[in-house]
Amino acid sequence: MTRNLFTLLVAIAFLAGCGRPDGESSRSVIQNKGSDTLVNVVQAWAEEYQMVKPDVAVAVTGGGSGTGIASLMNGTVDIANASRSIKDSERENLVANGNNPVEFVVGFDALAVFLHNDNPIQEISVEQLKAIYADGGELERWSQLGVTVPGCSSDEIIRISRQNNSGTYAYFREAVLDDEDFKLGSRDMHGSKDVVDLVANTACAIGYSGLAYASDEVHMPAVSSDGGETFVTPSVDTAIDGSYPIARPLLMYTANQPEGAVAEYLDWIMSNEAQCIIKEKGYAPAGPVECEASM
Amino acid sequence: MSEKTLAPSQLDQRDASWYVDKLVQILMFVGGISAIIFIIGIFVFITKEGIAFLFEGFSFTEFFGSINWRPTSSNPTYGALALIVGTASVTGVAMLVAIPFSLGAAIYISEFATGRTKETLKVLVELLAAIPSVVWGFIGLSIMNEFIIEVFDVPIGLNVLNAGIILGLMAAPIMTTIAEDALKAVPDRFREAAEAMGATRWQIIRQVIMPAAKNGLVSAVLLGVGRGFGETMAVLMASGHAINIPTSPFDSVRALTATIAAELGETAQGSEHYGALFALGIFLFIITFIINLAADLVVRGIRKK
Repeated sequence: MTRNLFTLLVAIAFLAGCGRPDGESSRSVIQNKGSDTLVNVVQAWAEEYQMVKPDVAVAVTGGGSGTGIASLMNGTVDIANASRSIKDSERENLVANGNNPVEFVVGFDALAVFLHNDNPIQEISVEQLKAIYADGGELERWSQLGVTVPGCSSDEIIRISRQNNSGTYAYFREAVLDDEDFKLGSRDMHGSKDVVDLVANTACAIGYSGLAYASDEVHMPAVSSDGGETFVTPSVDTAIDGSYPIARPLLMYTANQPEGAVAEYLDWIMSNEAQCIIKEKGYAPAGPVECEASM
Repeated sequence: MSEKTLAPSQLDQRDASWYVDKLVQILMFVGGISAIIFIIGIFVFITKEGIAFLFEGFSFTEFFGSINWRPTSSNPTYGALALIVGTASVTGVAMLVAIPFSLGAAIYISEFATGRTKETLKVLVELLAAIPSVVWGFIGLSIMNEFIIEVFDVPIGLNVLNAGIILGLMAAPIMTTIAEDALKAVPDRFREAAEAMGATRWQIIRQVIMPAAKNGLVSAVLLGVGRGFGETMAVLMASGHAINIPTSPFDSVRALTATIAAELGETAQGSEHYGALFALGIFLFIITFIINLAADLVVRGIRKK
C-alpha cells in the first residue's frame, strides 16, 4: 500500500515536470510596480500594449511609490511607477549599486481636495489647507472657516490623510504644507479610494487624493494659491495648463538608460495612443495630444 | 509457539516495517519540535532586523514617552506611546465586549444546553472563529461606521468603540471554546454534591463551578487579550488609523500591528524607519509572549490541584 502510494507520487511529480514548455524565452516580460495613483492607468497601458506587441507582456503591481522604487533598488522590477520624485537617499542607494536612474514624466495629476456633499464650502485656499493639515495649524473647526456643515454637529474638522509613505502624502506635504509635518491625529487611509469612501460617509471630513478618484458622492472645492484671489477647479484641463496649484507629475523610473523591450514600451507610452488612455482615466497627459472624443 | 525458537538476532530484524517505523518516528519528532524552532527563528529574525535601530536611533524615553510617530518627516521621530495606548484601549474595549459574551455562551453550552442544541452551538461558535479578519474589518468600515455615527451622533465611526466591538466579537469564539473546556473539566461529582445540598442552578454555577474552573476561565480571557494585541487587519480598518491618545471611546486610534502592516511594505530595507517598525515588532512579540505564557502558567495551575 505504502509503496503504491509512493510510486504514484513519483509518477505525478514526473508528469508535472514534463508539462512545462521550454519555449518561454521568446516572450519577454516587463516587470512594472509602484504608485497606487498610477496603477489604473498602467494596467490599461499594459492591456493595450498586449495588442500592440503580443510578444511582450507587462506585469503590473501596485503597492505605492516607495514600494516601486524599493523594488527597483532590489532589482526585481524593470520600471518603477511613482507619484513623487525619487528621494535623494533612494537615488544615492541606486547609484551606489552601480546604477544610473532615469526619470520619465508620463503625465500629470491634479490633487483634488474632497469634501462631503453636504459641506457648503466651494472654495478653499492652500493657506487654509495648510492651517488644517499642518502641525500647529489653527483650523480645527468648520465654524472657523465660516460655515456650518449639516450633519456635523460636533463642528470638528475630521482630517483624512494617507499612510506616511504614499506618494500622494509626500506630494501633499511638499506642495501644501511647505514640507512641514502633518498634524498628528489624522485618519491615515491605505488607498486613494478609501479616502473618497470615508469622506463620502463622514459629514465632518476633508480628504485629498488624485482627481481620478473623484466620485458623485463627494465634491471638490476650487483651490487658490494666491491668498484667495483666483480659485481654480481641479480638472484635467487645469492640470494640463498648469493653472491648478496642486498638480504633480506622474513618473516612471528605470534603474539605467532603458534598452530593448523596456525602451520600446516607454516610447510607446509617450505616443498619442497611450497618452489618450491616461486622459481617459482622468489624468492629464504629458504633452498635447489629439484623442477621439470618447468621453 | 514458534517465537520461542527464534534467536535474539532474528528478533531484531530490520525489515521494511522497522524502517517505516523509524521514519515516522523521526517525522513526528521534527513536527513536534518545529514549533520551537519556528518561534526561535522568528525571534532571532525580528531581533536581527530591529537590533541596529535599538542601539543607534533608539531613545527609550522617546519610544515609550512621546506620541510623535513621524518616521518620514525631514526630522524623523519614533514615539510609540500613542500606538501602545491605542492597542491597549482597543483591546480593553474588546474584552469588555468579549468577556460577558464568551462566558455566557460557555456557561450556557456547558451547563444548560443539551443534545442537539449543544452540538449545534459548539459548531456555530467554531464557525464564527473561522471568519477572516478582513471580513470583520470590512464590517467595521462599512456597517459599524455608519451605525455608530447615527446612534451616537459622533463625527466619525472609525474609533476605539468600533474596533473594540469588532475585536471583541473576533476574540469571543476562541474564549468561549477554552472557557467551555474549563467548565467541562469540573467533575460532575461537584455538581451532584451541590445539588444534593439543595443549591439552585445559579448557586451551583456561581459558587461551585466558576471557582473550580477559575484558572481555565482566566486563561481564556488572557488568550483573548493576546489575540486582541496581535490582531491587525480588522483593527487597521476599523480603528481610524489616527495617531491619537484617546480620551473617549469615540476617538480614533492607531494600533501597533496596524502601523507595521501599513508602513513596512513601503520602507527601504535596512533604513531607520524599517528598524523602528521591527522594534515595534519586538515589543509586540514580548507582550504577546508574556500574555500567552501567563495563560499557560494559569492553566498549569489547574492541573496541579
